[in-house]
Amino acid sequence: MRNRGTLSLHIPEPHNRPGDAPDFSNILIPPAGALERPPIDANARALSPYAYTLIRVLDAEGRAVGAWNPHLEPQALIKGLHDMMLTRAFDERMYRVQRQGKISFYVKSTGEEAVSVAAAHAVEASDMCFPAYRQQGFLIARGYPLIDMMCQCFSNVRDPIKGRQLPVMYSASSHNFFTVSGNLGTQFPQAVGWAMASAYKNDDRIAVSFIGDGTTAEGDFHHALNFAAVYRAPVVLNVVNNQWAISSFNGIACGEEATFAARAIGYGLPGLRVDGNDFLAVYAAEQWAAERARANLGATLIEHYTYRAEAHSTSDDPSRYRPTDEWQAWPLGDPVARLKQHLIHIGAWSEAEHQALSDEIATLTRETQREAETIGTLATGSRPAKATMFEDVYEEIPWHLQAQMKEAGV
Amino acid sequence: MTAMNMIQALNSALDVMLAKDPNVLVFGQDVGYFGGVFRATEGLQKKHGMTRCFDAPIAESGLVAVGIGMSVYGLRPVVEIQFADYIYPAYDQIVSEAARIRYRSGGDFHVPLTIRTPYGGGIYGGQTHSQSPEALFTHVTGLKTVVPSNPRDAKGLLISAIEDNDPVIFLEPKRLYSGPFDGYHDRPVQPWSKHGLSEVPDGYYSVPLGEAAVVREGSAVTVLCYGTMVHVALAAAEATGIDAEIIDLRTLIPLDIKAIVRSVQKTGRCVVAHEATQTSGYGAELSALVQEHCFYHLEAPVQRVTGWDTPYPHAFEWDYFPGPDRVAEGMRRALAS
Repeated sequence: MRNRGTLSLHIPEPHNRPGDAPDFSNILIPPAGALERPPIDANARALSPYAYTLIRVLDAEGRAVGAWNPHLEPQALIKGLHDMMLTRAFDERMYRVQRQGKISFYVKSTGEEAVSVAAAHAVEASDMCFPAYRQQGFLIARGYPLIDMMCQCFSNVRDPIKGRQLPVMYSASSHNFFTVSGNLGTQFPQAVGWAMASAYKNDDRIAVSFIGDGTTAEGDFHHALNFAAVYRAPVVLNVVNNQWAISSFNGIACGEEATFAARAIGYGLPGLRVDGNDFLAVYAAEQWAAERARANLGATLIEHYTYRAEAHSTSDDPSRYRPTDEWQAWPLGDPVARLKQHLIHIGAWSEAEHQALSDEIATLTRETQREAETIGTLATGSRPAKATMFEDVYEEIPWHLQAQMKEAGV
Repeated sequence: MTAMNMIQALNSALDVMLAKDPNVLVFGQDVGYFGGVFRATEGLQKKHGMTRCFDAPIAESGLVAVGIGMSVYGLRPVVEIQFADYIYPAYDQIVSEAARIRYRSGGDFHVPLTIRTPYGGGIYGGQTHSQSPEALFTHVTGLKTVVPSNPRDAKGLLISAIEDNDPVIFLEPKRLYSGPFDGYHDRPVQPWSKHGLSEVPDGYYSVPLGEAAVVREGSAVTVLCYGTMVHVALAAAEATGIDAEIIDLRTLIPLDIKAIVRSVQKTGRCVVAHEATQTSGYGAELSALVQEHCFYHLEAPVQRVTGWDTPYPHAFEWDYFPGPDRVAEGMRRALAS
């Protein structure tokens, strides 16, 4: 007789729920500097251990240690700190603007600024970014005007995308930043196509894309990896594992036995898992992958292990599904605080300089907000001319849209 | 001029564009070395090189997404979806992305992508190789939808589609690939070589998007149709002796409304014919437009002749297919009152 037991259905659950004391003891955190930095032409199969560990450079004392240390000049580190702090201050200001009812929606990137900012610093300005919706740090790091970002959020008359999209859905071809989609994951295989085109044209530019941990469950994620592997596309594919997809913890996206970086292994791609709150580690991994791509050796998948410190969006209340103080207990800390500690440790920064920069950024964001609000907000009725609503559906306005414009009185 | 069937004409269009514009790429399942399951890309890889015409994984969403990314780079990719019935996995990339990128980016980016796909029945393909999903695309603003009915138009329209700066869904009536099928399935198959429109100009030329063709002038009733149904409608007029004016729309979006209005105002009667299922089909749009634009010229209700609202039934292919008898019946209904 065979032993026929009773089946039971497994539903993954996170370790911590509201009311629980945050406990991250299940997370494996190797010491900083413990891993070798393989040559960029290393065989993907030999790299599989990197998908199950964490590349870390900054240790608890703020020292940069180990083979992955990218040895950045202090000025580059200060620029990184600046861009992360500006991103955080921008988020904070736009969040308040939303709470004042001046914009309809906002998403902050608090706690995960190092991912977007360090990635932007590690690649060339001419490389094309296909972002998800939480990569404002990438755009800020590329020097896109804050005023244009705010005008986009306000959907006012200076909104570069003419009031067509929700706040944060930026589009900036001038800064090689692709239009953000609200349909998740679509950008990932598009980035692969862009990279294939660059290779086809014997260009030297690569593509960089971002996707959330939750969206890796979409087919587009797998299409991206497969096409990237098949055609050796020069693209860096980033998974921002901030633990939460609205209210679903990442075990719902990929189960509890695999890492997101390990998704690469089955496709024959390198998968690197990185401490996403470590500016230097993110920079180093991104730089490694970018060099590999530019050497015509194909794509890399990088999982950035981080934590979404704030709500998914202004429409979300995370106290309903996770402990409110979980972020404070996050064992990989705060990316801004860690880079600041490092800069102070190497003698390139001081508390006074930090405070001065913080004040400067606060003034800048406040004054930019004032300027943007002077131009107008949705609430004040400032918006592009109504006739523009019918433009850009097609290159030229076809007869049926012209008829509808007439009907709409424009 | 060279006599070609529709496949040869499509192949010629791709050949011309690959030679003319280094930004044109062709890819899809089986399209590279093998030349496509219908042979539309035969010889193109050998002639133009591996990176100009190549095979792709069986992943329609990935194919279209990659085409979008290439378009954003500045290329003009031509993607082949092996059967229109397989296009649904790509629907999100087509609807939410290709069709919307120009608009949502405020004109910052655009997608000059052409998606070729064989559609329609009459080849005993069952429900997964016979569908006519055009209305799923005409309903999506931002897309253009094109359906040729003969080799000369197929080449000229495909060249226009590739050169267009908006995404184009290019639906190829696969029953017309080798001959001008008129719906009489029990009669010998006619080759294109006996048809005038199989004379295809050599080299580059284009047929503009948005211009219909009057394929038969008449005064009794207007028949609006496209693809295979053009030949079916001609056969119905021939069989009945009804003096029908038959309009091949060629492009569904943008639609040549002027040609439709001109004809219906002349005849006062209208039949709309398509292979696709009836409810919420493109015929409903045509019928509504005729009513809006020509109501005071109409002598009778607009008649629809379409596939039944069932999946495409394998064993009942010719019971489903709206052949010349059903089109003739539609014309008689339009003439009855």
